[in-house]
Amino acid sequence: MGQAQAMAAIHHQQPVTLSERPDFHVIGEIVEPGSRVLDLGCGEGELLAWLVENKRVLARGVEISSAQVRRAIARGVSTYQGDIDEGLADYPDKAFDYVILSQTLHETRAPLQVLREMLRVGRRAIISFPNFGHWSVRLAMLLNGQAPKTRLFPHNWYNSPNIRFLSINDFESLCRDQNFPIERRFFLAGARQIGTFPNLIAQTAVFLLG
Amino acid sequence: MIVEPQCARFDSIALEGGATLSPVEITYETYGHLNSSRSNAILITHAFTGDAHAAGISHETGKPGWWDNMIGPGKAFDTDRYFVICSNVLGGCQGTTGPSSMNPVTSRPYALSFPVITIRDMVRLQKMLIDSLGIGKLLCVSGGSMGGMQALEWAVSYPDVVRCTIPIATTWRHSAQQIAFNEVGRQAIMADPDWSDGEYYDKKPPARGLSVARMVGHITYMSDESMREKFGRKLREKEKFGFDFGVDFEVESYLRYRGSQFVSRFDANSYLYITKAEDYFDLTNGTGKLNEAFRTVDTRFLVISFTSDWLYPSYQSQEIVRVLRRINGDVAYCDLQSNYGHDAFLVDIAEQSEIVRGFLDSTARLAQAA
Repeated sequence: MGQAQAMAAIHHQQPVTLSERPDFHVIGEIVEPGSRVLDLGCGEGELLAWLVENKRVLARGVEISSAQVRRAIARGVSTYQGDIDEGLADYPDKAFDYVILSQTLHETRAPLQVLREMLRVGRRAIISFPNFGHWSVRLAMLLNGQAPKTRLFPHNWYNSPNIRFLSINDFESLCRDQNFPIERRFFLAGARQIGTFPNLIAQTAVFLLG
Repeated sequence: MIVEPQCARFDSIALEGGATLSPVEITYETYGHLNSSRSNAILITHAFTGDAHAAGISHETGKPGWWDNMIGPGKAFDTDRYFVICSNVLGGCQGTTGPSSMNPVTSRPYALSFPVITIRDMVRLQKMLIDSLGIGKLLCVSGGSMGGMQALEWAVSYPDVVRCTIPIATTWRHSAQQIAFNEVGRQAIMADPDWSDGEYYDKKPPARGLSVARMVGHITYMSDESMREKFGRKLREKEKFGFDFGVDFEVESYLRYRGSQFVSRFDANSYLYITKAEDYFDLTNGTGKLNEAFRTVDTRFLVISFTSDWLYPSYQSQEIVRVLRRINGDVAYCDLQSNYGHDAFLVDIAEQSEIVRGFLDSTARLAQAA
């Protein structure tokens, strides 16, 4: 039995359920069974544990928060405590089938560098982020004249972990400029996938590059 | 859990330095039960001045083991699930052959005629013990400080025998600062006239030198913050300075007490030999190419360091982790927040327990499935 199958078997006694985050469900759909997956900013390893159980993946995580790393390791996910802005350099080229960056791009100091590195160490990259172009954000800015505080972006400007603000259109044009090949794109309003006016209506976007 | 040491004896062991030691004895304790498939054995490797008594209450002394908070029923190394073994290191003075042991040729203690030993030699003797216990594969080897060096050496020397390795607060090679502190300890011992070139076994031992060595050691095990919290500038049983060179401060009293305690349980020559083994330790044999040392390594790793440990600073653990990542190894790493300095792996164990427990559990289930 390979390690991936064995890793899947070990979770039999503790079924892993995915939280309500809709991008997790999309990512869960995308990842092919038995692949090698690196999750950057993996938090408590929830997505990876789910992928191990349901897709029998070989899972690795990187997370900066000591408390979250502890919980990820405690649930059996091999997680490294470190900064994703610098930590990817250690991995060899194409070490993973998928490198995931879920809801973290807007917190990175050097997003372009991170995206390039993701495409170097992974055959494919999966990126999900909240859409700053959503109508509620636009409206909040227009009506209040203040940094938007919405359900999508609930923080105050001074204590927000978000240091980059990007819309779906911003990401699309970046990929065009940088020649990042977009293989698939998913736009989510709540848990529902939508097709029209994504930059206005979608709360979350998930891109598959590679 | 009342525990008693056991002893295994082997005809001889060939040492890295070229000498052969014959015979050789190793003292060990075990906790829990070996399962029928012999797949639940964990080897705990002790730090510099530790011994085989890692857990439970000693039948002889009534004292708990040095890692009793980590090993036992329901604890991180859960003896309801795992069979845990801990042995005294080669060169030690608590039951395993060392410089204070009788040389069968001369019928006198070896003293300085004892061959210089290395971490690899310690691990080789542990492997002989594991073989004699009929254990083909260890679920885990884990230890802190010098115990972590042995755990790393196990992964490199016997990659097929170890499923996972948990090196804690340790390094892949001793640094200049670590060698420097060890050298101060050795010089303190050798400067004591009672040391008599190591031939003190029928005389007064070099208690003053050994005690000073231990005082230096204790300073390096703590942190500035933990010393400030524990002692501050508190005076010892007095209101004002004595204006002499007796004990004024609590910290002085503590170090003197620790020093004098140590003398009654530790052999000065063992101190010399074991610190030398630490200083020689370099997983790469001097090449500095850790990726080559890890080339054949196929075990899972959980590497742990502590934020306030300045004797074995976190960067040394991170170097290990980075190389393991570079070769796409299975490695988990956490830099645990603690104010206790190097001592943290012995005393600040709540978070350490949490991750060790989960990591062992997933490794055990992996092993079961495989």
